[in-house]
Amino acid sequence: MTTYILRRLMLVPVLLFGVTVLIFSMLQFLTPVERSALYVRDLPRNQRQLEGIILRYGLDKPLPVQYWNWLVGTKNPVNGEREGGILFGDFGWSRTGSQPVAKLISSRFPNTLDLTLWAVAPVILVGIWLGVQAAVHHNGFIDQAGRIFSIVGASFPTFVAGLLFLMVFYAQLEWFPPGRLSTQMQIAINSPDFHSYTSLLTIDSLLNGRFDVFIDALKHMLLPILTLSYLTWATFLRVTRSSMLETLRMDYVTTARAKGLREHDVIFKHARPNAMIPVITLAGFSIVGLMGGVVITETVFDFPGIGKAAAEAAGQLDVVTVLGFALFNGFILIVANLVVDIIYAMVDPRIRLS
Amino acid sequence: MTGITTTPKDLGLQEELSRMRKVGSLERILGPENYRVLTGLLKTPASIIGFFLIAMFIFIALAAPFIIPPINANLPYTIPQDGYKAEPKPPGTLWERNAPDLPFWWKPIMGTDQWTHLMGTSQGQYDIFYGVIWGTRSALSSGMIVVIATFAIGMIVGSISAYYGGVVDNILMRVVDVFLTLPFILAALILAAVLVPKLGRSLVPSIIALITFGWMGYARVIRGDILSIKERDFVMAARVIGVRDGRILFRHILPNAIFPSLVLASLAIGDVVLSFAALSFLGIGTEIGYADWGQVLSFARNWIISLETYWYIVVFPGITLVLFVMGWNLVGDALRDVLDPRMRGKT
Repeated sequence: MTTYILRRLMLVPVLLFGVTVLIFSMLQFLTPVERSALYVRDLPRNQRQLEGIILRYGLDKPLPVQYWNWLVGTKNPVNGEREGGILFGDFGWSRTGSQPVAKLISSRFPNTLDLTLWAVAPVILVGIWLGVQAAVHHNGFIDQAGRIFSIVGASFPTFVAGLLFLMVFYAQLEWFPPGRLSTQMQIAINSPDFHSYTSLLTIDSLLNGRFDVFIDALKHMLLPILTLSYLTWATFLRVTRSSMLETLRMDYVTTARAKGLREHDVIFKHARPNAMIPVITLAGFSIVGLMGGVVITETVFDFPGIGKAAAEAAGQLDVVTVLGFALFNGFILIVANLVVDIIYAMVDPRIRLS
Repeated sequence: MTGITTTPKDLGLQEELSRMRKVGSLERILGPENYRVLTGLLKTPASIIGFFLIAMFIFIALAAPFIIPPINANLPYTIPQDGYKAEPKPPGTLWERNAPDLPFWWKPIMGTDQWTHLMGTSQGQYDIFYGVIWGTRSALSSGMIVVIATFAIGMIVGSISAYYGGVVDNILMRVVDVFLTLPFILAALILAAVLVPKLGRSLVPSIIALITFGWMGYARVIRGDILSIKERDFVMAARVIGVRDGRILFRHILPNAIFPSLVLASLAIGDVVLSFAALSFLGIGTEIGYADWGQVLSFARNWIISLETYWYIVVFPGITLVLFVMGWNLVGDALRDVLDPRMRGKT
């Protein structure tokens, strides 16, 4: 197990290097004027200013040197302070957000985290439950309904589904509004009595004892959560079902039945744990998918997280900001994938021994 | 056969002949395994509906100029605008300005010679029906380009990786890992945003972005298939008689490894078109008024508060996209069942 974890850890620097090189090469498509946003707030006004920036930040140096400077930053010749340097969390200046990219991310990310944390449980548990039910009642009603759902559901793009949800539940029924909070709740959380402990709105509102804020926040998140989850339900259902069906045909399950165990125990204690192995990989993938999915979902529901910010910046072609988001996302996902792989190896001995 | 005296031995031959005659010409051309796949696909109602949907969209794409002729034949993908007002108009509104010529089917079916907006107009008075019909064409063609290119890249990377193994394999697979690290839609969004200032607003930035971040799955699958095939005896035999590397790879291994992945890849058009629409929806890609589904749908973002009145700006383009993706999904689902190795030998 230790060797496996060590081997897997050795992959992390490789991935970090690869992702940074990938993003750095996308930066090379930009003109020096656009790239100057990595270091300075204002667009250079004339040719002389531009040349000054190019010279000062070494934008005319060989690519490996530029790459290194981009990673660790350059020293300001006057006061000796570091300027730029993505490894220190300095992703440059967001011209569309009018603040440093890192600050934009740190103000938006808690909202996305809040949303995804609430989405994880329904995403995974509902899909697995449906899959197990479909396998246990093979070719029964749940199985057939699940099959239809997994095809029809998978054909609804998130943005179409999101718009349809909004059409029915907001425009028509006025139950679940888009956005983050209603105006009066927004005022409440901006008041000095409201303390921010975790910057996750739902948890903070509970810690402050403001259940009205909590309910309001949930009301705004319900449709985004549904939009984020229904697609993964379809995949989870399919994978869990086929893995469960296969496991139920194994000899040891027959043995368990033959020795007179209750069917409930056979299914949930003997078969299901082993059937979960491919589902865990899938869970890892869907964390990645969630991070991608928030871009569209947040945009549709006007939810102020990093996905919406990234989409807005991309729409206005503010590439430095978008690349900052990509780097941040890349770092998170490298760690998330590492965790998933290690859990996977803990569950399935075949992985760590191969 | 008449006129030949039948001895017991001949009887056996005749039985053999009659058994052979049951093999249709199609089966002989395709080979037994591929024939089984094909017949298996045409058996379930779901996949037949899928094939029907795909055929319908291909027909719409091909017949677009006859269904609704463009105003300017050189710019067929520009959706005609009936005025410039922001507020969408419901289906059935009379087409007042900028109407295209009446197509031949209009009079017999609609019983009038006045153009109306069949699916209404969206923000800026863009005709939704025009966008849906011509959007089919841009969706299918760009989807096909992306699928062919991603498959070709995946095939090259996967086969080199599998055939040479060792360090080459290791490096290429780490490259695949790196490309897979970023979420697909975010990565494509960034690259498209980087490319738009360089290449201008068109389908091209999105196509390049989807190709750049779309090939990794094929590389992995083809690598796996080749790894299992390259251990077979016929590859060893070719190597023993001194066939060159490239020839072994392209003439002996690939044709045997490729068929299942190729079919699966062709069905990925649904997913590709979906991602394509997603990029357009987010505002990256074509200029406003270009006939592509994501673009038409993105108008709805400004009318969310009153979608119960303007339902048609979501429902018509949305359902079109859903049906398109569903067609490919239905066939793909049936195909996965048929190609499942555990199903071999059953029909």
